[in-house]
Amino acid sequence: MNILEFLKQPWPWYVAGPLIGLTVPALLILGNKSFGISSSLRHICAACLPANIPFFKYDWKKEAWNLFFVFGILMGGAIATGLLSNPKPVEVNPKLAAELAGYGITNYDNLIPQDIMNWPALLTLKGFLLMVVGGFLVGFGTRYAGGCTSGHAIMGLSNLQWPSLVATICFMIGGFIMANLILPHILFL
Amino acid sequence: MKQHTNTDFETRSLDAVCVNESQLTHKWYHNIKYLVVGVLFGIVFVKSEVVSWFRIQEMFRLQSFQMYGIIGSAIVVGMTSIWLIKKFDIKTIYGESIVFHPKTFNKGQIFGGLLFGFGWAITGACPGPLFAQIGTGATVISVTLVSAIAGTWVYGLLRGRLPH
Repeated sequence: MNILEFLKQPWPWYVAGPLIGLTVPALLILGNKSFGISSSLRHICAACLPANIPFFKYDWKKEAWNLFFVFGILMGGAIATGLLSNPKPVEVNPKLAAELAGYGITNYDNLIPQDIMNWPALLTLKGFLLMVVGGFLVGFGTRYAGGCTSGHAIMGLSNLQWPSLVATICFMIGGFIMANLILPHILFL
Repeated sequence: MKQHTNTDFETRSLDAVCVNESQLTHKWYHNIKYLVVGVLFGIVFVKSEVVSWFRIQEMFRLQSFQMYGIIGSAIVVGMTSIWLIKKFDIKTIYGESIVFHPKTFNKGQIFGGLLFGFGWAITGACPGPLFAQIGTGATVISVTLVSAIAGTWVYGLLRGRLPH
């Protein structure tokens, strides 16, 4: 197996996790930046539509590094797909596959479920809830919590901040409730 | 809520996670290095399938170790790095001391945390993966991203009336 084929396989957690963890010191050493992603959404608000809201009245240009960082993530997604794409479908736990088949989700060609997340689906109630309402909750919830998985779970816990532990536990509780108790009803729509 | 005339305080307040602690000002192209870190980070995101809706569903159903392993080992590496930075007083490439700011507890971490948890399980993405998913060609996720920006905006609008 050559190196490119090796890289094209899905990367195991013990390779990916430490690499993601190294982002923390990389950003600190490159310029004293605390790892975090959800703030980019705030900077976009501040840049595009501050609307005289005090929360968005600050010098977002000083935080422009964060916008470069997230644009890099987008480019990284494109590079990984263009050059290192895994030709095989996404492998999932058979139990999950059986459950998803019940909702008509059978396409595993992409990292997102194409059967339910596509442009025409936006006009259906299910698609609207999944993509529009879901996205709204991500943006509202992360800012209300003061961070997301990167800012709280990784950066905050790495720096031994107990409020970040509270936030991370709440992320997980919210996720468990939604995935097991509410999402099945949405997917049945 | 109070109007802050010193808006820098706001940016550096408890709810700003990606705080720019550097007091130096640089030309815009100095930001290219963060773009490069972002590219590498995005590649890891996609290749480890962290950005996959399916992996997130498995995580919240306890059907796979992948996400727990990734987040857990990332925290261990991050924690060790910060410990080393503090112990050896490692400086930035510009020679500045590295600054850490403690996070203050407020109820937003509970209410906001739960709401984000709901959104995470529905969309299968936290903010970082949204950008990566669009990069993989899932253009419809740009709608989810715009909606997330709208959510942040509405939070900013209602902030004074929400319990903190």
